[in-house]
Amino acid sequence: MKKKVTALLLVIVVICMSISLTACGKKKSQVYFLNFKPEAANAYKEIAAAYEKETGISVKVVTAAANTYEQTLKSEIAKSDAPTIFQVNGPIGYNEWKDYCLDIKDSKLYSYLSDDTLAIKEDDGVYAVPYVVEGYGIIYNDAIMQRYFALPEKKTDITSTDEINSFDTLKAVVGDMTANLSKLGIEGVFASTSLSSGEDWRWQTHLLNVPLYYEFSENTDYDDPTLAGLNLKDIEFKYHQNFENIFDLYINNSITEKTLLGSKSTADSMAEFALGKVAMVQNGNWAWSQISDVEGNTVKANDIKFMPIYTGIDGEKGQGLCIGTENYIAINKNVTQEQQKASLDFLDWLFSSTTGKDFVTNKLDYITPFNTFTEDELPNDPLAKEVVRYMNDDSVKTVPWIFTSFPSEEFKSHIGSYLLDYAQGTRKWDEFKKELINKWKSER
Amino acid sequence: MGKAVKKYFALFVLPTLIAFVIAFAVPFLMGVYLSFTEFRTVSDAQFVGFANYIKAFSENNEFLFSLWFTVKFAVVSVFSINVLAFALALMLTRGIKGTNLFRTVFFMPNLIGGIVLGYIWQLIINGVLYKYGYSITSNPTFGFWGLVILMNWQMIGYMMIIYIAGIQNISTDILEAAKVDGANSFTTLFRIIIPSVMPSVTICLFLTITNSFKMFDPNLALTAGAPSKQTQMVALDIYNTFYSRSGYEGVGQAKAVMFFLVVAVIALLQLWFTRRKEVES
Repeated sequence: MKKKVTALLLVIVVICMSISLTACGKKKSQVYFLNFKPEAANAYKEIAAAYEKETGISVKVVTAAANTYEQTLKSEIAKSDAPTIFQVNGPIGYNEWKDYCLDIKDSKLYSYLSDDTLAIKEDDGVYAVPYVVEGYGIIYNDAIMQRYFALPEKKTDITSTDEINSFDTLKAVVGDMTANLSKLGIEGVFASTSLSSGEDWRWQTHLLNVPLYYEFSENTDYDDPTLAGLNLKDIEFKYHQNFENIFDLYINNSITEKTLLGSKSTADSMAEFALGKVAMVQNGNWAWSQISDVEGNTVKANDIKFMPIYTGIDGEKGQGLCIGTENYIAINKNVTQEQQKASLDFLDWLFSSTTGKDFVTNKLDYITPFNTFTEDELPNDPLAKEVVRYMNDDSVKTVPWIFTSFPSEEFKSHIGSYLLDYAQGTRKWDEFKKELINKWKSER
Repeated sequence: MGKAVKKYFALFVLPTLIAFVIAFAVPFLMGVYLSFTEFRTVSDAQFVGFANYIKAFSENNEFLFSLWFTVKFAVVSVFSINVLAFALALMLTRGIKGTNLFRTVFFMPNLIGGIVLGYIWQLIINGVLYKYGYSITSNPTFGFWGLVILMNWQMIGYMMIIYIAGIQNISTDILEAAKVDGANSFTTLFRIIIPSVMPSVTICLFLTITNSFKMFDPNLALTAGAPSKQTQMVALDIYNTFYSRSGYEGVGQAKAVMFFLVVAVIALLQLWFTRRKEVES
């Protein structure tokens, strides 16, 4: 009996030891990239495989699910196998993670930046470098617009989308389109204004950027609207009426009833657009993969165009798309020097070697802020092309992304929930406006 | 044999003890410690005393609001789950046809994960509400009842099995004696069956109370707190405080510790109370 027990225990001990040994034996990956963009998850996997094939260095890519980057990073970075490359979403994000950001002022990656003021700097150091420039606006399906312009019952005298150059013209066209839905073969002019929690960033961040940009740029105390946003404790929300204009336009001419918007996601809206059920949707060029991957999509690539978000603010004629970045790459200060070097080498390869650049342009569809990319090395998708067209058009004025100065994630999600209440009719616009001002103050 | 067991006592206890220490004691103590600190990741904590506990109440009333919401939810669902589960158990111990099939069917929902359940019920509830131009986020009342329905659907089968075991344990002698004495079915139920299944009641109440308080994943999937965090239960509030606000990790931790105390006190009171009933019967 005793012998049996001893034997059994011995076996258990041996098993346990072998398990723990194999656990130790697993080698840490040299480079661990915590990816922010779910839509690019597959492309990064291919990139990692290609890099390992070329150099023998293993790259681990983990993608955080939509809107969970902060919590994924928080738990991953505490592990012994921590991400070596992670991203921060601008100056506010950098402030939260500054204890983890390596100074990369001597890196090649930083030297590639065509405009080095884009990087996040503090004192003499450079801590995060943007890696993609993106633009958003109202995406429209030109085929449907042409159908509208050819409509005999049309009540407006607008004959091309180029003539839509202010909120008033946009509103007139949209209203008239809503009156002729069945003739246009669509179910709504705008795709669902997705307001379910975690899916409301197109409004509480991107759309809000427009009125607040105009407010901040009028502030002469600061050279730059983002700087104003970062320093202001009190905001006026002067253009709230304009925000209401465009938001009302979206929800009143939508494929989905106002009261049902709380259950819609961004993917729903993009699918509605891809299936040709709606003519317009507000989103950015990253949404291309969400349009092209929808099964049975009916939208032709060359019919997909961008138009600026007009809100009726004075001087919005000649306004362009909202172009900027909130994707800054940082290297983890707390991993070994060897890992830091390997990570920088990987990024260098990705953004300067021929193979790497090919992936960036054709798989990730990134417009990068790096001078290693020539004019021909721009992504081929219709939305990115449109962004480049607007960037190069000197007659329009780009609206920069000043939302990187919004006080906190909590501010944005709180405002988002108030927008939902407004859409459902349980809160008045005035309450939303007051809450936005208060929340800005309390979160700053 | 008894001697041998004594001799190896330490050895036998060791594996479980190690597991308990690693998986429960250490994280728990660390959690309590972290609630008194400010930290970003668990390895860089700075002691701040009771500041987090004060912040949990002073910053906004979300914690108290969600605690109250949770209490309301727990009261309603503990009552409905136990009544319905007991009724089902009574029906399914009568020897009607297909008893085993019904027992299996009622038990099945318990095997589905909370997130999946949440999404399934979201589809069902929205499907119904759409007809009237609403969705589950339109009104916190919809979310509340959605959660109650979901919880009932998930837990009734499990509690039913426990009650069935209790009812089957009642000796037929007593029931026959009652019949001979002329007790009607109502008296039999309240004088014989319920007192005899008090041990099951203790377990079921304990499980439903603690599970109702701790409910997290169905809440996250069904409403995620919408509209405006009005259907946010405490567990979700703790999660949101911890993860979606930087600098609030410690506050989330402090809320978690207070939540633990509340649930522990309620559960212990309930155990003490129902146990006493058991002895009396």
